Amino acid sequence: MLKDWRAAITGAADTAVGELPGSSCMGLHAEAALLALADAGLRPGQIDGVLCAYSLTEPHPMLASVFCEYLGIRPSYSAAIQAGGATGCVMAMQAQALVEAGLCRHVLVVAADNRLTGMTRDRAVAALADFGHPQFERPYGVTIPALYALVAQAYMHEYGATREHLAAMAVAARTHALRHPKAQMRRPIAIADVLASRPIAEPLCLLDCCLISDGGAALVVSARDAARDAPKPPAALLGSGQKNTHEHIIAAPSLTAFGCRESAAQAFGRAGVRPADIDVAEVYDSFTITLLVELESIGFFEKGEAGPAALAGALDLGGRLPCNTHGGLLSYAHSGAAGGLFHLVEAVRQLRGEAEARQVRGAELAFVHGDGGILSAHCSLVLGRG
Amino acid sequence: MTGNPAPAAAYKGPLPRATPETQPFWDGAKAHKLMLPWCEDCGQAHFYPRALCPHCHSVRLAWRQASGRGKVHTFVINHKAARGFEDKVPYVIAVIELEEGPRMMSNLVMDETPTPENVHVEMPVAVVFDDVTPEVTLPKFRPVR
Repeated sequence: MLKDWRAAITGAADTAVGELPGSSCMGLHAEAALLALADAGLRPGQIDGVLCAYSLTEPHPMLASVFCEYLGIRPSYSAAIQAGGATGCVMAMQAQALVEAGLCRHVLVVAADNRLTGMTRDRAVAALADFGHPQFERPYGVTIPALYALVAQAYMHEYGATREHLAAMAVAARTHALRHPKAQMRRPIAIADVLASRPIAEPLCLLDCCLISDGGAALVVSARDAARDAPKPPAALLGSGQKNTHEHIIAAPSLTAFGCRESAAQAFGRAGVRPADIDVAEVYDSFTITLLVELESIGFFEKGEAGPAALAGALDLGGRLPCNTHGGLLSYAHSGAAGGLFHLVEAVRQLRGEAEARQVRGAELAFVHGDGGILSAHCSLVLGRG
Repeated sequence: MTGNPAPAAAYKGPLPRATPETQPFWDGAKAHKLMLPWCEDCGQAHFYPRALCPHCHSVRLAWRQASGRGKVHTFVINHKAARGFEDKVPYVIAVIELEEGPRMMSNLVMDETPTPENVHVEMPVAVVFDDVTPEVTLPKFRPVR
């Protein structure tokens, strides 16, 4: 029996993803928004709250304002949220708070970017390197993969994780992606392919890294009484939690223990469920190490156990914890803040039984996690079939 | 056109821009001293330098020279260069745990090409100073045997 919920996702959608020549950041925002509104059975004028994220291709200090103007809506509440990869989950948590507080009835959550065709790969990589501390990290030649590799090395040293364990995360993602008609990556891969791929930031190789994509995604979060008219079963927001421990890796309290443990514990506690109750998990996977650390920190696996379990198929359909059933950032797509929303869209589809070839049978409880920075900002959500 | 030595290749990596809070660190580096901010109230050193102590939030801070010794807390052998590092790959970025406690990021200065065989977590290191431009010196670390 689900706990008494007061907010639910009533609409969820994403655009095509991958290489979308001719797309624009705001165009993808609008497309995703209209798809999610149609999914929720709403007209744009019925939206009274809007949450946006950020863009690398069309940056603006007031992105929510830009989006509302572009779409031609005038909601009574709008704001933009920037929490890196955690943004999708943070926006959903904020939307939940807005409808639970009675400030809004229907909040549109939307993010999109055209990082693949809207900027050169070098410009995208350079823009992401700006996450490093300008005085005490960037002068040493950091990149985002290098910063995550620092975590990988520390984690491998402390818990005995191996490159094969990391590779198992990439193979699991690809296996799922092959069942999703929209996924960007379409060729099967094996552990040996990951190990043999070009070294990017040792111990991380090319296939340990997420994609760069164009695409957008959107959700509608509605108050319970407003969700009654929704044409599809609502995905109830049962519990949410956040924890931020640092921004820069040099200021992280630990390089092997991160805020995901506490953010997930909060979300589970508020939902009144335990990790073992979860039917399907959609967990942020910017790199293979990101997913491995989070699976073990959140409580789905003991330390050192996620890698061997994944090698034995635990993350696949029919496994102990089907995870990233759309293919994740590693094999479905990653287009900025929309990347984290793809995990949420997939969770909703799983709970509705709409996931076709990748459906987890009888999925009633889903867990979604996003992390931003270098495992800096964490946000966890527990969703249930309403 | 002949006879003049070729000008030293301009340094292409990103350079730190000191703020009033961090100026003593960069002045120290230029004088080949590794300076750390210490809290006069809780007695702990911290990094990176800032206007207050992140442990107890006191603003009573003092700069002291560090020993320059530490060990590799974690590292990466980086192959996909950051801007300005194209001619340096593969290079090692390491988080160094200083003898005084705080951790800082740096590069390892190695005589041989870095590989997983010759760089290790816990490896002892000592500071060296790389005068990358006439104005800026970056503290870096060299393995000690």
